[in-house]
Amino acid sequence: MVKFLLNRLAMMLLTMLCASFLVFAVCEYTPGSVARKSLGPFATQQQVDLLTAKLKANDPLVVRYGRWLGVLVGAIPDPLQDPSTGLNFKDPRGAQYFGNFGYSTLNKLPVNDVIWNRLGNTAILAGLAFLLIVPLSIIFGILSGLKEGGALDRTLSVICITFTSIPEFASGVFLVTLFVILWPILPGTSPLTSDGGWAIPYQFVLPVAVLVIYDFGYVARMIRVSMIAVMERPYIRTAVLKGMSTRRVILGHALRNAMIAPFTVLLLQINFLISGVVVTELVFAYPGFGRLILEASLFGDISTLEAATLITVAIAVVTQLLGDLGYMLLDPRIRVR
Amino acid sequence: MNLIVSNPQGSAMSGSSPSHTVLDVNDLRIEFHGKSETVVAVPTLSFRVKAGESYGLVGESGCGKSTTAMAIMGYLGSTGVIAGGSIRFEGKELVGASARELREIRGRQIAMVYQDPMSALNPVKTIGSQLAEVPLLHLGVSRTEAMEMAAAMLEDVRLPDAGDMLKRYPHQLSGGQQQRVVIAMALLARPSLLLLDEPTTGLDVTVEAAVIDLIGELRSRYSTSLLFISHNLGLIAETCDRVGIMYSGEMVEEGPTGDLFRRPRHPYTQGLIDCIPDITHDKRSRSLAAIPGHIPLPQERPIGCFFAPRCTGFTAGLCDRPDLELEHIGGDHMVRCIRWRDMKRSQPAQLAQIGKAQVQTQAVAVSGLTKLYKLGGDRTLKANESVSFNAAKAEIVALVGESGCGKSTLARIVTGLDRATSGEVRIAGENVAEIQAKDRPRDLLQSVQMIFQNPDSTLNPSHCAAFSIRRSIKKFGIRKGKAAIEERVRELLEMVRLSPAIANRKPNQLSGGQKQRIAIARAFAADPALIVADEPVSALDVSVQAAIVTLLLDIQREKQSTMLFISHDLALVRHVADKVVVMYLGKVMEQGTVEEVFDGGTHPYTEALISAIRSPNPDEKRRDRVHLTGDTPSPINVPTGCRFATRCHRKVGAVCDSVAPPLRKMSDTHEIACHIDATELRTTPSRYGALGQGRA
Repeated sequence: MVKFLLNRLAMMLLTMLCASFLVFAVCEYTPGSVARKSLGPFATQQQVDLLTAKLKANDPLVVRYGRWLGVLVGAIPDPLQDPSTGLNFKDPRGAQYFGNFGYSTLNKLPVNDVIWNRLGNTAILAGLAFLLIVPLSIIFGILSGLKEGGALDRTLSVICITFTSIPEFASGVFLVTLFVILWPILPGTSPLTSDGGWAIPYQFVLPVAVLVIYDFGYVARMIRVSMIAVMERPYIRTAVLKGMSTRRVILGHALRNAMIAPFTVLLLQINFLISGVVVTELVFAYPGFGRLILEASLFGDISTLEAATLITVAIAVVTQLLGDLGYMLLDPRIRVR
Repeated sequence: MNLIVSNPQGSAMSGSSPSHTVLDVNDLRIEFHGKSETVVAVPTLSFRVKAGESYGLVGESGCGKSTTAMAIMGYLGSTGVIAGGSIRFEGKELVGASARELREIRGRQIAMVYQDPMSALNPVKTIGSQLAEVPLLHLGVSRTEAMEMAAAMLEDVRLPDAGDMLKRYPHQLSGGQQQRVVIAMALLARPSLLLLDEPTTGLDVTVEAAVIDLIGELRSRYSTSLLFISHNLGLIAETCDRVGIMYSGEMVEEGPTGDLFRRPRHPYTQGLIDCIPDITHDKRSRSLAAIPGHIPLPQERPIGCFFAPRCTGFTAGLCDRPDLELEHIGGDHMVRCIRWRDMKRSQPAQLAQIGKAQVQTQAVAVSGLTKLYKLGGDRTLKANESVSFNAAKAEIVALVGESGCGKSTLARIVTGLDRATSGEVRIAGENVAEIQAKDRPRDLLQSVQMIFQNPDSTLNPSHCAAFSIRRSIKKFGIRKGKAAIEERVRELLEMVRLSPAIANRKPNQLSGGQKQRIAIARAFAADPALIVADEPVSALDVSVQAAIVTLLLDIQREKQSTMLFISHDLALVRHVADKVVVMYLGKVMEQGTVEEVFDGGTHPYTEALISAIRSPNPDEKRRDRVHLTGDTPSPINVPTGCRFATRCHRKVGAVCDSVAPPLRKMSDTHEIACHIDATELRTTPSRYGALGQGRA
């Protein structure tokens, strides 16, 4: 078991290295240099060249990637914070520490000051959505999977498919029209400040609703398919012919088996909810992680992008690991000794 | 010893009178309503099971026997409907019973044992919790009491270490153990009727023997009535008091077991009995009489006798009258055949003398073949260990053994699907043991062809039947040009007795037998020198099996190809093979000609295998059953001495556990690996002798 976990940890580090290098390489092709972005549009070409030389930004890609890694693990100080650059970039944690994601050229702030706050906001949004998606999709999936092709199955399937196929921006606008304009009981934006006169809990309702509507139908469909397959298994027949009631058969025999396959899908939703909710965040002006990534990539803010990449990869790998552990918990056949 | 055994409180005791009827099925009609059509699975069926009786329901797949069992349990799925008739259990009507009434009967008064125990048990729940559910549901006991009852029941079904067993999961048990658990589960609430739906199909023969013994023992102990559903006539003949033969949803013959098997009256029953191979005859003394044609689909049942299209005694104006009844022909024996008085049992066809292959040119020589699978760590799985045997040209060598004995691994190495760890396989003088199929030259590939076990999964469902035959001809360049290839395809289809019209059908439009004929045609399309047939007929119904085996033997004789015939069915091997190699846990236990292995002194394991064969012939003396204990050990940690020592009934002593057995040369061709010396081996009590009285 220890070996298994160590193995997974090593894989996780390797994945993070590969992903961060890819992002680093791709950023090469975005217009504008680090120096130009740091100095702003009004700096002269001479100033930019000077800073480029100081930052050694003309070194080969791999060398610069290595330097970035060095900053990250705290082996070397962040060159942007060097007072000689005259940029006046100051990280209160110091220029050299483990986990130094560098300086965001977009926000003119240390990445660590920006990103965790945003991630926290998104985590709240995602967590609330996930808490609703899990029970909703399980209930919908199980109920429609009980009797394939029955009236209940068809009704629920139509609901699920309709909801899943409405894009987030459409359902967002629709909900805003309904609950903000026609029947104003909720705020139309969610900046997570009380300035607009709405208490913060109210601001979560619509973004969470949009996410749940978009996502739960898909997961419910997955659970439905798995449930249908399980209900046809001979051990369900065994349970029924033992004289058990339908309810006991489902709760005692079918449910756990039916959750084995969709378990990964369910966990994958965490990844989606953390990094893929850009549209919802934009619609509701929500200060979240997805929007940060979007802004950073439009601006070419390498430091922020790299940090975001590492975080999302880490989340993805961790959820996969949780998925595997969950499998083992659910299915005794694949437990490792 | 425990609560259950010391206090028999079950409902089984209620029926004290011997003639009391437990189950009365009367004019039962079962239909399946699809979206556009209605299929009548069982048109009309009547039979009775009396208290304490064991009633056997026999028939081939699709005859409606399992459907009948499910109808009794009230479990026909969403499309199945009981359209008429009644099922009375202990006087109570089950047709139309409410869900609540059914729940009280299911598991409590009627319990069931299923065909495939692995899938009948929930993989994510422990044995203990699955067993305890039954008393918790039906007997109103506490959880601890239920667990105690479960543990006691596990001891009753002879599972060792019941306490530990309760905590295990189904996948940690062997097939035989799983079936014992299912039986224990069925018996926990002391039902008065036990439905057994092919309870031993899929189990190894020695395991099957033990399970059948157990069922017999528990039956008398708990005085449970049995409804035994099977396609295996031998098994039914041995375990049942009365037998009903079903054909296409109808009872065609019913009677007391001895009477029915001694004097079968219906031509179908006669055909069924004649088409199963028996241990006393080989291919030189008897050919299997196949029943022509196939079971009609429910939509294409003829008017009158359903068996008419396949019957040699069909008489127009007599057999196609719509009101054929089951006719009493003395005693309890009933038959649904208007011409039963005229139906003479056809005599086994006399064979053209098949001489033994005269020229003994070596075709395949396997020597010292070993295959180890590394499983990580220091664990290795020994699939084959120094296996050696020869096959002469045009000879059929049977590889026999139970699951896990390494016979399929051997086949994979010979065909190049896997490579040997060490040792040699010489085909036409060339060692191919370590050459995989992708590295083999084309002429070598062509010379070794394989016939697989399950024709359903080996034909590509999206290609037509002739596709694989055509491809084989093209790839090996047997014929050139489109017309010549088509000509050859037609010849091959004719060779396997299929009409050319079948060439363009998709596999799902073919029956199992037709699919296997296509597979045989494909294998022979390449004009191979060696055919490896891995359980080629074990997935087929007995009447079809006979036809396929006969066909295979005919073609093999005509083409003079060598064949490795892999099978677990010893009666079939007796009928097919020239030479037999008996394997156990990766090692050869015995090899010799078919006569030597079946008639002479044999290895204790072979003896056990042969003794497990059941014959439906009631006049054939019961063989002394050899009772093997335990399960086949895991091939990962094999016993150090003789592989068979842990289960052997003729163990010499400690030497068996520690020293590998010497090879006893019984004759030039007969070898036995055993510590018992040759003279003593020779005096093995004859298996057809008078010693065994069998079970009472």
